[in-house]
Amino acid sequence: MNFQIATLLGQDGLTNGAIYALLALSILLVFTVTRILLIPLGEFVTFGALTMAAMQMGKAPKLEWLLLGLVLIDCALDLYQQIKHHIDRNKMKKIALKLGYAFVMIGLLNNLSLAEIPMACQVLLTLCLIVPLGPIMYRLFFQPLADAPALVLLIVSIALHVAMVGVGLLLFGPEGARTQPFSDTGFRLGTVMLKSQTLWVILVSIFLIVTLFIAFERTLYGKALRATAVNRMGARLQGISPVFAGKATFALAAFIGSASGILIAPITTLYYDSGFIISLKGFVGAIIGGLVSYPIAAIGAVAVGMIEAFSMFWASNYKEIIVFTLIIPFLIWRSMNSHHVEDDE
Amino acid sequence: MTQATEKNLLDVSGLRVAYGKVEALTGIDLTLKEGKLVTVIGPNGAGKTTLLSAIMGILPSKGTIRFNGKDFISPDVETLVGHGLGLVPEKRELFSTMTVQDNLLLGAFQRYRRGDKSYDQTLSEIYSLFPRLWERRQQQAGTLSGGERQMLAIGRAMMSKPKLLMLDEPSLGLAPLITREIFRIFADLRRQGVSILLVEQNARAALKVADYAYVLEGGQVAMQGPAAELANDPKVIEAYLGLASKHQELLSS
Repeated sequence: MNFQIATLLGQDGLTNGAIYALLALSILLVFTVTRILLIPLGEFVTFGALTMAAMQMGKAPKLEWLLLGLVLIDCALDLYQQIKHHIDRNKMKKIALKLGYAFVMIGLLNNLSLAEIPMACQVLLTLCLIVPLGPIMYRLFFQPLADAPALVLLIVSIALHVAMVGVGLLLFGPEGARTQPFSDTGFRLGTVMLKSQTLWVILVSIFLIVTLFIAFERTLYGKALRATAVNRMGARLQGISPVFAGKATFALAAFIGSASGILIAPITTLYYDSGFIISLKGFVGAIIGGLVSYPIAAIGAVAVGMIEAFSMFWASNYKEIIVFTLIIPFLIWRSMNSHHVEDDE
Repeated sequence: MTQATEKNLLDVSGLRVAYGKVEALTGIDLTLKEGKLVTVIGPNGAGKTTLLSAIMGILPSKGTIRFNGKDFISPDVETLVGHGLGLVPEKRELFSTMTVQDNLLLGAFQRYRRGDKSYDQTLSEIYSLFPRLWERRQQQAGTLSGGERQMLAIGRAMMSKPKLLMLDEPSLGLAPLITREIFRIFADLRRQGVSILLVEQNARAALKVADYAYVLEGGQVAMQGPAAELANDPKVIEAYLGLASKHQELLSS
């Protein structure tokens, strides 16, 4: 291995690591607030990438029908509850708003010439299509079992993952897709060629990670979300609604997932089922952080990306095995060093 | 002393709560006038905690709860908190892995959301009321002692500046000296015009600080009246206070 190869691999590792770090953070975020291990996070990545690819080919992404379907079920449930209890004008307004949103999105996607609009608009449309799926999925699949043990939540999460992979095949077909890079220029740093997309990935990731960190550790809203995870009843007594907290974190996770998908789509070809492996590597990072520490999880995820890149060079066949075996020593180390704070009575 | 306004802040009528087929509360009527301290006493299992949980919306209930001029039927906890009701539950429900300061700040979450930035001032008021919490402000709530946790729970509830503060067994498991301290704080709060609904085991101490009292028995109101009268009522003395519990009076002195 010479310096040139090492820098290339390092570049690759850093790009992937940045994406894994983003995913690790959203896994952590969802877990600490709702106790749900978000296995379907990877599907948001592929949905983001494939929706973007469909738009660039000038087709309206079929994902719009999933959004419409879920919004319809959601609104039907809301209406049923309204009829059963009492009719609240504010809630009716919300239902109308949700339906309106879904139809406006469909109208936009079918009437714009998607391939020609600037890429920033394509990105925006993709996010507007996918982010609402997060809170709706929380409402439909997790909110009714908010008090269930973590194991039940995990099982539902796996079921949702399997279902979403199936829906992904139905909506996007079995072909892989790649999108155009955000900008075409590459530039030279000393003797190394840097691809501009690599820079995009790293910069956007760092920006999102820092924003998330500040939002969660420093603002009262972030603390309120964490408090819901620590003590549900305690949070409700301060007027923090756990339902709202759940929906907010799912929206954030859907946002980060689809943004990661959009970021890496120009670098790797993604298929309807490639999301799982990607989010699993983010999960390894989250585990290294013990599912509690944001900075350690981010560092762990970048390390995962680096190790993956370099093992691709030395032992290409074993790269996944090497990455996933990493988790074992960390689990042992974690279980020997963890300590618990005494809970309330 | 604040002027005693004659407005009813809380008006509960015909409140019923059932755990499955077992009725825990069978039609409770209770009123609380603004600026007053009302206590609910009674033996174990009389339904005192259930009453507070039902008023707060933690338990589903039948009957009407009229709070601050609005009617609620089996409402949401979050809605009531938004309208200015605060509860310090028996289990305290602190955020044990967060710092004392964060616990207190989260108590002001509703005010923060409404854009009321004066909660910093309330925070310093609470620190001057409980200097122990100031000393421990960077410590995790889970590492506090029982008395400190109770102080934190009360402080957190006060951060929201509730119109009505409901306290469930605030002296439970506390040493007599700390209990005395806490009762002194209730008297202070009442003087500042905070309305309080207090559920207590220390009946004598509770009757000493309260304006009005309800005696709960088997899910019903067995007796009610001005606290000073009830404290001298021979029936109450015989059933709940006992001559032996005279020492409790010291707790509120």
